[in-house]
Amino acid sequence: MNIEWSVLGEVALVSVLLTIALVGLFTVGIVTGANQGGAAAAGRPRLGAALSRVGGYACFALCAAAVGYGIYLIAF
Amino acid sequence: MEHITLLIAIVIVTALAFDFTNGFHDTANAMATTISTGAMKPKAAVAMSAVLNLVGAFLSVEVARTISGGIIDESAGVQPEVIFAGLVGAILWNLLTWLAGLPSSSSHALFGGLIGATIASVGLDAIHGDAVVMKVIVPALVAPLVAGFAAMAATRLTYRVARNTDERATSKGYRAGQIGSAALVSLAHGTNDAQKTMGVMTLALIAGGVLAPDSDPPMWVIASAGIAIALGTYLGGWRIIRTLGKGITDIQPPQGFAAQTSAATTILASSHMGFALSTTQVCSGAVMGCGLGRKGGVVHWSTARRMVVAWGLTLPAAGIIGALGALLAEQGTWGVSAVLALLIAGSIAIYVRSRKEPVDHSNVNDVNGVNDAQPAEAAPAESGPEPAPVPLQVTITRTAPAGRAGEEPSVPDQPTTTV
Repeated sequence: MNIEWSVLGEVALVSVLLTIALVGLFTVGIVTGANQGGAAAAGRPRLGAALSRVGGYACFALCAAAVGYGIYLIAF
Repeated sequence: MEHITLLIAIVIVTALAFDFTNGFHDTANAMATTISTGAMKPKAAVAMSAVLNLVGAFLSVEVARTISGGIIDESAGVQPEVIFAGLVGAILWNLLTWLAGLPSSSSHALFGGLIGATIASVGLDAIHGDAVVMKVIVPALVAPLVAGFAAMAATRLTYRVARNTDERATSKGYRAGQIGSAALVSLAHGTNDAQKTMGVMTLALIAGGVLAPDSDPPMWVIASAGIAIALGTYLGGWRIIRTLGKGITDIQPPQGFAAQTSAATTILASSHMGFALSTTQVCSGAVMGCGLGRKGGVVHWSTARRMVVAWGLTLPAAGIIGALGALLAEQGTWGVSAVLALLIAGSIAIYVRSRKEPVDHSNVNDVNGVNDAQPAEAAPAESGPEPAPVPLQVTITRTAPAGRAGEEPSVPDQPTTTV
């Protein structure tokens, strides 16, 4: 019986880290979007708001890329 | 396909029936948390999952030439009767666990049925024990731990990052993200599981001399397998969706997103790295993990325990039904007819039983009614206060001791005793 513990360990590590990274990114994206309304009401500088919006979009774009890669993995 | 014998035709129809049960049994994996957080309406969720399963069935160019991934030595003379008996074991176990509302692995049921039928017909030598451990047992043990830990860590993280935001503003985003993860799980399911059925059908056609050895599945095989799994998915295994979405823990949108993303990531990463973890165990583990990750989240361990018992029983139970089926089916035409008759009778009995406490899209998230009915009726079953349909407890208390004691006749008797 030869159980490939190293592969198993890698699978576990990659799964956990990727999940945390993706959930983290997406949450940052949501938070920047959700704070938009609050920031405008509080009269925060426009530059900061614009920067955080760009950052939020970047997070979503990375998540979308991950989904695209997932579809690629399924199909090929 | 000029001369398909009656036996081959029966095997093909049975394979499609298994594919159908596979679809509705596994809808919960992709859609339970999506439905329970309200990210999608129940009907819309199963419809989307069904379409993606269908697409998934056509997507892959990798052909399922082996039905069992090396677990069974298919060159040792696997007859159509054996495949048929294995499928019967898998279908009946899938239906029983559906009746109990328990998410057990359809793939394990198929492997179990085929292993049992092969042992009864060819002998133990035709089973590769190493492959059973490596491809079934280890992945099943590891999957819930990995996905559970990932979901728990991700849930903690997302609550921490979003702690200063308005919950109503963020939940919309979480739900959207969850739909994306669920879509990936559905697509992967269509590709993997529909291919298993295609492999079974192709093998039966080769065994019957209709196709040349090493043939690819014909288009009608691919199409019918895809349609069967999509129809099953659309029907929706609402009992299992309820258990997974509401029975284990109360899932909030951030948790649902974390759980579903953990499931999608773990399934895709593990299969890509050549160590595929069991989808059902991954999804169930992720749901438990997201329950542990939220402050104040409660995991109903009694439901989780019943689920784990069902996982452990899946392989042996489907195997015993498959073995008995193989012994009977090898007696010739009357034997095959008898197995077919028992399969139909068992399926009808389970369906009739399910109608006593129907669960469908209208009451899948509605656990209050069930809770109210609990104290009076569930007490003798010595189960916890989890919101589960009452028949679940009746069925599982019967099944569990039978399997633990390992008496051969008890488990396969299930479908007939419920008549």
